[in-house]
Amino acid sequence: MSRSRGQIIPADLTIVTGLKAGDQGAMADLYDRYSSVVYAVALRVLGDTGAAEDVLQEVFLQLWRNPNSFNAARGNLASWLAVVTRNRAIDSLRKRRPETDIEDVVLSVAPDLAGAAELARAAEKVRGVMGTMAPAQRSALELAYWEGMSHSEIAEKTGEPLGTIKTRIRAGLIALRKAFQT
Amino acid sequence: MSEHEQYAEDLALYALDALRGDDRAKLDQHLTTCADCRLELERLRADTALLAMSAVGPRPPQRARQRLLDAVAQEARAPLAHEVSRRPWWGWLGWAATAAVIVFALSLWQENTMLRATLASASSRQAESARQLDELRKIAAPIIEPEAQRVTLVATKTPPQPQGKAFYLRSRNSLVFLASNMPALPPQKAYELWLIPMSGSPVPAGMFKPDAHGSGSVVNPPLPAGLEAKAFAITIENEAGSPTPTSPILMSGAGE
Repeated sequence: MSRSRGQIIPADLTIVTGLKAGDQGAMADLYDRYSSVVYAVALRVLGDTGAAEDVLQEVFLQLWRNPNSFNAARGNLASWLAVVTRNRAIDSLRKRRPETDIEDVVLSVAPDLAGAAELARAAEKVRGVMGTMAPAQRSALELAYWEGMSHSEIAEKTGEPLGTIKTRIRAGLIALRKAFQT
Repeated sequence: MSEHEQYAEDLALYALDALRGDDRAKLDQHLTTCADCRLELERLRADTALLAMSAVGPRPPQRARQRLLDAVAQEARAPLAHEVSRRPWWGWLGWAATAAVIVFALSLWQENTMLRATLASASSRQAESARQLDELRKIAAPIIEPEAQRVTLVATKTPPQPQGKAFYLRSRNSLVFLASNMPALPPQKAYELWLIPMSGSPVPAGMFKPDAHGSGSVVNPPLPAGLEAKAFAITIENEAGSPTPTSPILMSGAGE
């Protein structure tokens, strides 16, 4: 598994082409292929099955209404859906209006995630990298990502300087990147 | 510390939506003028996607699938191309296509003038000139006819942004492709355009080498008749061309 730029995953292209054509069957394919990823992300953020299901519905329906928001030539659908879902779930958690338009979510490089097996391997690899991080670094990254905390909120919660929090978060993301570049 | 280093840590926070207040406002301002930082932000967002991948949990409840499909049925819609086709036809055309239409129009006018002279001087050449005019019309048809399939191909790097526009009219087996800002090629290499059919392997759709300004084109390459295109793509191949792609796809695009 490596990170790629501009590699089209045929299944993604087929789904998005179908969505653009107004093919409701393409939505069924989209759901069958990626609902587990979307639901898992939403549930991890929200911790509530009903709220997670609502976010799942919202994310998929937005893609149905605006299939041009995803560009199959710029990364894979799994990664894009995961980021869009996390953003929507955080908005829901913080009871705020959606702050990020799905069209603004651009991922220039993403790992090849062509199928369920690739997705499972990616998840396992990420958990492995997270497991090697120092607890304070992992905690800072998780508070920012899964709880939507700002750097100053994290600093206040942990009692550590803002600069330390910033450094830990960036180093954590770069460590993940490097793990998928090898 | 360079300006980029100064923003490196803030970019990571920004990608996580964890940067607020003045720091965020300053970075927003910087991003409007710094392509390098915009690219790094995209990379960091991809890194956050990896983080999302670590989530595991139960499958969504069975009812969720039917709920979604019921909602989709309630919002049934026509293909996007139909929605867009209500726009004036010139609304589709970017600068490159507009320039191409002007070039073709001039070509038609010149050809027409030439035809008149030809008809006056030698009736035996009339058939040949008419054929040439018909050929020019055939070239212009994928650009100007409303049912033509139009595809924009873009690269992921900015700036400069390589861009390609493919105008494909399946019913006439006619394809015009225009590219701009294309990077220079290594020796003995050329760009190869591929038509990706609805099923089966990519079909070669012409070779081109960009000029000194990075512009290039492919006009009516030999193609199998009636082939429906799902997408178009570009790779770099040996200049003699290749029957199948042998390098990664550099640019691609599906129908607009």
